[in-house]
Amino acid sequence: MNLLSLAIGSLRNRRATALLTISAIAISVALLLGVEKMRTAARDGFANTVSGVDLIVGARSGQLNLLLYSVFRVGDATANVSWESYQRIARHPDVAWTIPISLGDSHRGFRVMGTNHDYFEHYRFAGEQRISFNAGGRFEDLYDAVIGIDVATQLGYALGDPVVIAHGLGNVSFANHDDKPFRIVGIIARTGTPIDRTVHVSLEAISAIHLDWQSGARALPGARVDAEQAREQDLTPDSITAFMVGMQSKVMTFTMQRAINEYRQEPLMAIIPGVALSQLWSLVGIADKALMIVAAFVVLAGLLGMLTAILTSLNERRREMAILRSVGARPRHIFTLLIAEAGLLASAGVLAGTTLAYALMYAAKPLLAQRFGIFLQPGGLTGYDVAILLGIILAALLMAALPAWRAYRNTLTDGLTIRV
Amino acid sequence: MPLALEATDLLYAWPGAAPIIDIEHFQLASGERVFLRGPSGSGKSTLLGLLAGVLTPTRGTITVLGQEISKLTPATRDRFRGENIGFIFQMFNLIPYLSVLENVTLPTVFCQARRARIPAGDVEGEARRLLAALGLGARDIEDRAVTALSIGQQQRVAAARALLGRPGLIVADEPTSALDHDSREDFLQLLMGECQAQGSSLLFVSHDTSLGSLFDRVISLSDLNRGRK
Repeated sequence: MNLLSLAIGSLRNRRATALLTISAIAISVALLLGVEKMRTAARDGFANTVSGVDLIVGARSGQLNLLLYSVFRVGDATANVSWESYQRIARHPDVAWTIPISLGDSHRGFRVMGTNHDYFEHYRFAGEQRISFNAGGRFEDLYDAVIGIDVATQLGYALGDPVVIAHGLGNVSFANHDDKPFRIVGIIARTGTPIDRTVHVSLEAISAIHLDWQSGARALPGARVDAEQAREQDLTPDSITAFMVGMQSKVMTFTMQRAINEYRQEPLMAIIPGVALSQLWSLVGIADKALMIVAAFVVLAGLLGMLTAILTSLNERRREMAILRSVGARPRHIFTLLIAEAGLLASAGVLAGTTLAYALMYAAKPLLAQRFGIFLQPGGLTGYDVAILLGIILAALLMAALPAWRAYRNTLTDGLTIRV
Repeated sequence: MPLALEATDLLYAWPGAAPIIDIEHFQLASGERVFLRGPSGSGKSTLLGLLAGVLTPTRGTITVLGQEISKLTPATRDRFRGENIGFIFQMFNLIPYLSVLENVTLPTVFCQARRARIPAGDVEGEARRLLAALGLGARDIEDRAVTALSIGQQQRVAAARALLGRPGLIVADEPTSALDHDSREDFLQLLMGECQAQGSSLLFVSHDTSLGSLFDRVISLSDLNRGRK
């Protein structure tokens, strides 16, 4: 028998209070750990909104602006990239592949994006995740459309449904490309990225629906080109909004970025998505810090609960302390005993909380991916997690100094003759 | 004959009050069994606090087993008490969440010296021997929760704990007041027998004069203490 087994015995003697205290700490620890893991997953998910893409190229504007419209479909491009420039860069020997992006139209509030099959081939998100389909497949015909999962669920679309693209952006548009309706041929599985809220068509389709449009207005009835006539025409676009680049070798990325930024024929800009994404996260990622602060306060509340439980037990344990002193326990033993109790409670709470957090994370993992597109990877405890957990135990030990000191004082005044 | 306990010119007063203990001289020889009779309010608890080194005398010296404890630092005094004095209280002597055996061996958690004095270091064996000597020989008792024991059995466990590791002095503070008359004598016989067997002195404090005849010497605290009663 030693001080630790004495502490365990004493806690077992008050097991109802001890279990409640451990539960309170466990729940707060599970919350803190869950928030931390979710935070990491959200940040990683955000940073991986686009992955495997080395450069994003668009007309010269701002880094964030280009990222926002090309990846997040927020805002507009100030200018386009000419088809010639795009082709020149795409044919460069260091470039492995490119994904053209043509934006500007919408469907009932969802952005329409013109692209080609390279998009389905090379685009990656959340690490190495590829675009996969819940139903159907890529667009093959000129008037085929592939929609994201949010588009499908919010508008109640299924394969084969017709889609009319509106000219320009906005929820309600008075200028519709209703002479050239599209047909849904594919629904992309949830990605947790803006893809879920995008209607994808081919570049040629974007050209086709704008054949008879001049300066944002439809041509007069006599000059119109109907859907079938459009198929006969050259649908190579004059320009695109932006394009993504995959390099043959990552080391060439910076050289290529500089070359594009200094491209003389046209004012272009190339950005590295990872850099721009982390810059953007520093702006939008404040909420996760707030969440972490809330979780930290919950842990504090849990520890205060422990402190209360120990402090209230002290009075009924004065006799116990007096007996211990009569058999030779020195005040420092009493002090250590109470610190050990707090350490045991906190350690048990941290252990139970970690178990609870992992159980919940594994249980919630499929739901999070399906409903929110957050790809939670519980993994092991990171060094940071371990530091947090040890910090909680340390905080408990420090807090226990208060009841320990009180008990120490009690034993000094009570001596051996207390009669409770 | 060496002394187990000696108090000289002992004075103790709570701050701002008249002295509650004022003893010119009091001693207990080694191996002696003394009955200290004191009605409640005679300063008994204060005297025991002083002898145990929990209280520090306002004046005078207390020597336990040759060591002047009033000169020790509080921590050393705590250690000295644990190693050399066994206590038995009136009631509630035991830690409720420990088994009988764990209660008896409790002093060895805090005092190496008590452990070292146990033959062959067999702490549990010695605890069992003491329990048996005090009439708690049945094997099933040692693992029982102490709360399941009768008061008389609890006091015997407390006595076994006080005796474990052969402390030179046993201080018993009204250990029999919760027992009926027959059990009292029974308990006392066993306690004294074991004290004698291991050479410990016994200071037995009680207000019950009927037990006095069993002791080597009976002292009245009222006569001894000139302090305010």
